[in-house]
Amino acid sequence: MIEVEHLHKRFGDFVAVEDISLTIRPGEVLGILGPNGAGKTTTMRMITGYLHPDRGRVEVFGHDVTNAPLQVKSLLGYLPEGAPAYGEMNVRAFLDFVASVRGLRGRKKRERLDGVIGKLELEPVLQRPIDTLSKGFKRRVGLAQAIVHQPPALILDEPTDGLDPNQKHQVRQLILELAQNSLIIISTHLLEEVHAVCSRAIIIAQGRIVADGTPAALERRSRYHGAVRIQLPAAGLEAELAILPGIADIESDPMLPGRLLLIPKAGYDLFPAVRDWISQNGIEVLELSVERGRLDEVFRQLTLEETGPCA
Amino acid sequence: MRLIWIICRRELSSYFATPLAYVFLVIFLLLCGISTFYLGGWYERNQADLQPFFDYHPLLYLVLIPAVSMRLWAEERKTGTLELLLTLPVPLPAAVLGKFLAAWSFIALALILTCPLWITVNWLGDPDNGVILAAYLGSLLMAGSYLAIGECLSAATRNQVIAFILTVVVCLLFIAAGSPIVLDLFQRWAPAWLVDGIASLSFLTHFQDISRGVLNLRDVLFFLILICGWLWAASVVIENKKAG
Repeated sequence: MIEVEHLHKRFGDFVAVEDISLTIRPGEVLGILGPNGAGKTTTMRMITGYLHPDRGRVEVFGHDVTNAPLQVKSLLGYLPEGAPAYGEMNVRAFLDFVASVRGLRGRKKRERLDGVIGKLELEPVLQRPIDTLSKGFKRRVGLAQAIVHQPPALILDEPTDGLDPNQKHQVRQLILELAQNSLIIISTHLLEEVHAVCSRAIIIAQGRIVADGTPAALERRSRYHGAVRIQLPAAGLEAELAILPGIADIESDPMLPGRLLLIPKAGYDLFPAVRDWISQNGIEVLELSVERGRLDEVFRQLTLEETGPCA
Repeated sequence: MRLIWIICRRELSSYFATPLAYVFLVIFLLLCGISTFYLGGWYERNQADLQPFFDYHPLLYLVLIPAVSMRLWAEERKTGTLELLLTLPVPLPAAVLGKFLAAWSFIALALILTCPLWITVNWLGDPDNGVILAAYLGSLLMAGSYLAIGECLSAATRNQVIAFILTVVVCLLFIAAGSPIVLDLFQRWAPAWLVDGIASLSFLTHFQDISRGVLNLRDVLFFLILICGWLWAASVVIENKKAG
């Protein structure tokens, strides 16, 4: 369990983190979302003990990070932003170094190293200097060093940044696998990642938490939540639809005539009304679906509210 | 202890993973040879000792040691591995000391590689090997002081060139502290104790005592305290300058 209470951090005049409180329990995968410079990395750096908070407290499985930094660090696995590693070392030597510092030795160390090397498929590059690796392999080396000691808590700063879609998928599978034994905090600005791996998401803007909930709960805050997408055979039926109860707005697709998005008023379930309208009028519909809501829209709305519309 | 050793070993192996170590060793040995035989006139002296060899060490170190120390922390800062290292369960003093010991043992290796000179002088004559041993020890201690200064200044910046230049300047001050140029500046207005104090900070006077075979505790302590002080300063700098 990680407990964060009233964390504050400023750099000179710039307020990086302002009064962030969080509790993350085992089994949770928390996604920290936010625009660049919102305070995601600073928050993670304070949890890992790299930066000292100006005010507030971080506890990791009962250890206070200010009073017992070494205990906290040995319980955490951390992938810093950009997955830094000693570029002149080869992969094997680097992972061996981290494992040794983490207190592993002898047979146990060999087993764990073989384990993470297998899990992250690093065999083909074991003897190559890290500097010569592709971005995907570098990121995997960074992940390997973070999990070599099987930490109960993992903190990953933008773990899939800069990876191609296949690699992203691979890393997300790995995160889901690791989530069975560890609590995980990841930061990202990729909203699809939240859907893919997170059981809970917070949105940070200007150093403050502006939303906290499951990805589905966040989507419900979108004006598109429950919106009905409909493809009619031809244009011209908008007026008929507009008088249905509960419709707030209709968006039409300029490229595809007859393709409409019906946006509900808050609290209305639009789908039954639309279904009835279709059957009553005997219209042949080519597509009909209900939107869950758009995380990116919630994200924009919440983070721009904070910075003002011009930002 | 174990952590210091692990850090030290990693650091040392990274010297040899790049051409840095080999370039340094070759140039160090080359300059040692030049300074001993040409500048020092070792043959012409007709004396069975290594005095000309050791006399040039303070100058040699002034150029070469900052080249070793500049990368110690500046590179970690630049590549972001500082964050990795400091979020591993390593106490900061262990990291500072481990890196220092790696650099120091590298210099020790360079000094050991000058042993052909020692063999030659023993072959040609009958030198006082006690004096030579003391001089080697003194040289190593002085190298440690240069390195500790360099490590601290390397911690202060992410730019290795700046770390190099700052280290050269500060080490130069420590060399020149006992020279008339510096002392004259202070003699006109400063009280005598201050002038004496500045003069006693000089690497040259302490090293020359040792290299003449006078291995007294005062000179050894001077270098050891200087090393500890600068290493402590390095850890303070790192602790307070993580975000940059």
